[in-house]
Amino acid sequence: MGTGKNSKIAEIINNSKEELLENWLKEQKKAKAQHTELISEGELRHRSEELLSLFVRGCLSGLEDTSTEAWSEMRDFLSSISRNNARQGFSPSETATYIFSLKQPVFALLRQELSNEPDALLDEIWTVSKLLDSLGLHSFEEYQRGREEIIERQRQEMIGHSNPVMKIWEGILTVPLIGTLDSERTQVIMENLLQKIVDTESSIVIIEISGVPTVDTEVAQYLFKTVAAAKLMGTECIISGIRPQIAQTMVQLGVAFDDIMTKTTLADALQYAFKQSNLDIVQHQKRA
Amino acid sequence: MKISHNETIHLGASEDISYIRQKVRKWMVELRFSLVEQTKIVTAASELARNTIEHGGGGRAQLIVLTDNGRTGLQLIFEDNGPGIPDLELALEDGYSTGSGLGLGLSGSKRLVDEFDLKSKPDKGTCITITKWRLN
Ligand SMILES: Nc1ncnc2c1ncn2[C@@H]1O[C@H](COP(=O)(O)OP(=O)(O)O)[C@@H](O)[C@H]1O
Ligand SMILES: [Mg+2]
Repeated sequence: MGTGKNSKIAEIINNSKEELLENWLKEQKKAKAQHTELISEGELRHRSEELLSLFVRGCLSGLEDTSTEAWSEMRDFLSSISRNNARQGFSPSETATYIFSLKQPVFALLRQELSNEPDALLDEIWTVSKLLDSLGLHSFEEYQRGREEIIERQRQEMIGHSNPVMKIWEGILTVPLIGTLDSERTQVIMENLLQKIVDTESSIVIIEISGVPTVDTEVAQYLFKTVAAAKLMGTECIISGIRPQIAQTMVQLGVAFDDIMTKTTLADALQYAFKQSNLDIVQHQKRA
Repeated sequence: MKISHNETIHLGASEDISYIRQKVRKWMVELRFSLVEQTKIVTAASELARNTIEHGGGGRAQLIVLTDNGRTGLQLIFEDNGPGIPDLELALEDGYSTGSGLGLGLSGSKRLVDEFDLKSKPDKGTCITITKWRLN
């Protein structure tokens, strides 16, 4: 059932595109698929028209699977709509309903065109239903992705604003790095760090990376650059908090922190820093 | 060999790199890969996705769950229609970069995975397939 080999879907839709568009727009309004205050009527019409064309084009090239290359234009278009929805504050169900609201008018059209062929009608409805379901899911996934991007960006901004460079002892700074290091954020942190080195006349910096989930070659390169810049100012960097799985991965990747002092934990790094600064930690006996 | 799950991710901007890292991590947790295996593949995915965007001008990644004789594996396919790689052997050398990178993304990823397949045609694009099988 529903192999769609002799499917007339594309043809039927193409022949009644105007009518279908009107019905779909009505259905969208009824289903409140899109906030009317967040998008103009003209834009909605334009977008829906474009989407119908892409749908027809997709149907012409394959009815089996919407993850194929033939459907990529449709998927990309839906992605951008869904991500926009996420940015503009549409709800997830509004986003999914947009595609799902196409079902009713398409079914009605098929019923009208295939009234004498009940078997074909069933097949076609099944096929369209499957296609629209998978496109609806795709919209939903992309919406989710848009939300995640927003949350990630806000988080990044928060971290960027709070200056993570701290003076923990006379002459000793620490930078706890948390989260994803992209070029922009690293730039800010590096500038802060170099400025703080000057301000505090520090000779040692501990860069703590246990909060960084992935150290790929880009992150490694940022770390190398930071260490090199500090070194030019006469300051030694220690990298601490390299977790075992990260260490193993870095070795295979081929990035080695050969010329950089590394310590397993922040405590080890601190101990080393004290020693370098000729400071002793002494434990006093408790008086009874 | 059977494909039991399949998803395509669009790679256009640098945000997509952190997205695919999250996605690969999630799949590997669900497939009960060890923490070390997760870290290795997430890192390889990060490298190859960045190459697709930076050198290939954007493209897509496909995540595939494979089962074969009771084995479970994760396969990732990175594909672009960019300039291609003229000399594969050279590109796979440690430290070789036509940009300002460390030149360890391709060679390093190859070491991080169980299977690595690189196909590229000048002006047609590049397709890299990596596979990691779960140690049972
Ligand atoms: N998808 C791609 N398309 C075109 N060229 C690529 C692609 N991936 C890698 N390359 C080429 O291979 C080189 C080595 O890649 P890589 O080891 O990741 O180093 P890097 O990205 O640091 O330059 C790149 O500099 C680039 O010239
Ligand atoms: Mg690279």
